Amino acid sequence: MCGIVGLFLKDKSLEPKLGEMLTAMLITMTDRGPDSAGIAIYGGESKGRTKMTVQSDTPETAFDGLEAALSEAAGGPVSMAVKSTHAILDIPAGSTAKVRAALDDLNIRVMSRGDSLEIYKEVGLPKDVAAQFDLSAMSGTHGIGHTRMATESAVTTMGAHPFNTGDDQCLVHNGSLSNHNSLRRKLRREGIHIETENDTEVGAAYLTWQMQNGATLGEALTSSLDDLDGFFTFVVGTKDGFGVVRDPIACKPAVMAETDQYVAFGSEYRALVDLPGIESARVWEPEPATVYFWSHTDAPSATEKAA
Amino acid sequence: MQTIDLSETGLREMNKMLHAQADNTNQTAWEIVNPKGAHAIACGLDAPIEVTIKGSTGYYCAGMNQQATVNIHGSAGPGTGENIMSGKIVIEGDASQYLGATGHGGLIVVKGNASSRCGISMKGVNIVVQGNIGHMSAFMGQSGNLVVCGDAGDALGDSCYEARFFVRGTVKSLGADCEKKEMRPEHLTLLQSLLDEAGIDADPAEFTRYGSARNLYNFDVDNAGAY
Repeated sequence: MCGIVGLFLKDKSLEPKLGEMLTAMLITMTDRGPDSAGIAIYGGESKGRTKMTVQSDTPETAFDGLEAALSEAAGGPVSMAVKSTHAILDIPAGSTAKVRAALDDLNIRVMSRGDSLEIYKEVGLPKDVAAQFDLSAMSGTHGIGHTRMATESAVTTMGAHPFNTGDDQCLVHNGSLSNHNSLRRKLRREGIHIETENDTEVGAAYLTWQMQNGATLGEALTSSLDDLDGFFTFVVGTKDGFGVVRDPIACKPAVMAETDQYVAFGSEYRALVDLPGIESARVWEPEPATVYFWSHTDAPSATEKAA
Repeated sequence: MQTIDLSETGLREMNKMLHAQADNTNQTAWEIVNPKGAHAIACGLDAPIEVTIKGSTGYYCAGMNQQATVNIHGSAGPGTGENIMSGKIVIEGDASQYLGATGHGGLIVVKGNASSRCGISMKGVNIVVQGNIGHMSAFMGQSGNLVVCGDAGDALGDSCYEARFFVRGTVKSLGADCEKKEMRPEHLTLLQSLLDEAGIDADPAEFTRYGSARNLYNFDVDNAGAY
C-alpha cells in the first residue's frame, strides 16, 4: 500500500497554510501505511545561503555545539534550528559537500539538502510525526508527503520517505521496484550517493543521475518508465515544481485535483476532500506511463504532460 | 426518504441499517450524504431498495450488490461494484480501476469514464460506459456485456472467454485472443436493450463487436507464444 499526498500552490495567499493542508491530507492516508511518515516542504529560500536537514536519535548530545563545529568546516557562519530529532542547518551556499563530510564524521544523518527543501521523517503514524515537528505550522510553496507500509527494506528513519538525493530534489513512492539492487550498483559506480538498501531511494537517485547528465525532470521521469522495473506511482518535488508519473500497469492508485489555487495529489480521493473548492475542482486519475509536471517558473497555467 | 449523514452515523452503522432492510421493506429510498470518498459504502446490500450517495466514494462501493439500485452522484473509487450479483449501480462521474470485477449479474452504468481493468474477469454483469475505458479491460471476461460509447485502452479483452464487448470509438489494442466480430441482428437488438436500460442515447449501428477468437481455451503447443 503506502499513501502519498502532494500539494502545489498556485495561489500565494495559501502559502502560510501549506503545512496545515498537507498534514491533514497525510493523516487521512494513515490507513494506507502505519510504519513511518514524512513530509518534504519547499519554502524559505535566502540568497547566498542553502539548507540541510539533519537527524539524530540523540539530538541533545549530537546537536550540542554543532553550529560552531560546522561553521569551521563550512568556512562561514552556520546557524541551526532544532526541531525534535531534526535540525535545519542554514549554511553558506556552496558549502554543502564540506558540511556533509563533517556531519559524516559526527555520525549525524542528512535528511535533505537544498536551497528551499526541508524534509522531516520518522518512524510512527502521520499524526505523531506531524505533531513531533509541528508540521501544520509550516508555510511553503509546495510539498509532498508519504505514509509507509514497508515492503522492500526495514522500518527505520532512513527507510522513511521522502527521499532526497540531489539538491532540492525529493521523491515519494507507492509500489515496489524489483531491479533496485542492480540499478543501485550501477548508480554507485556513476558516483551517486545512496545511503540505504531501500528501493525508492534508488528511484530518487536514478532521477538525480539523469538530471546531472542534463535531463530535465520531465525527461528523467520519462526515461524512468524504461529503466525502472516494478510498480510505482511517484510524486517528485524540485525547487520550483512538482511532478507525477505512474508505471504502465498503473495498479497503484492516484487521484489529482486542480483549481485556480492549487494542484493536489492523493493516493485516494479521501485525501483531497477537505481542500478548498474541491467540489468544483477538476478531479482525474493520472494516466499510466504519462509524465505530469507543474512548475512555478513556467507560465502560470499547468504544464500537463510536459516532458 | 431516509437520509444518513455518514460523517455522523459512521460506516459500519450505516451499512448495518442498509443490511437490515428485508425484501418487503417499506423504506425503499435512502440517501447518504457526506461520503467523502469513504470505502465500502453500501456494500453487500440484498434488498430491493434505492440508495443515492451524494458525492464521491472510495474503494468497493456497492460491492457484492444484490437487488438494490445504488446511485453515486460523484466519482467512484477502485473496485466499485466488485462481484455484483444483481441490481444496478449508476455512477454519474468517473469510475476508478477494476469496476465491476468478477461481477455475476446486474447492470453498472458509468456516465463519465472508467479506468483500467474495467470488467476484469466479468462473469455475467453488464457494464455500460458513456465515456472511455482504460487498459486491460475485461481481462479474462467470461460472460456478460461491456458497452463502451467512447474509446477503449490497450489490451481489451485479453484472454477472454464468452464475454461480449461493444465499442463505438477506437480500441487502442486488442488483448491476446480477442478479435473483431460481425454485428449480427441479435447483437444490435441486445445492444439497443442495454443502451435503453442504461438510459444512454446512442445508435447501436455505430458500435463494433469484439470477443474471443477461442484459440486459448485449451492448450495448443502452436499457441505457446500467446500464453
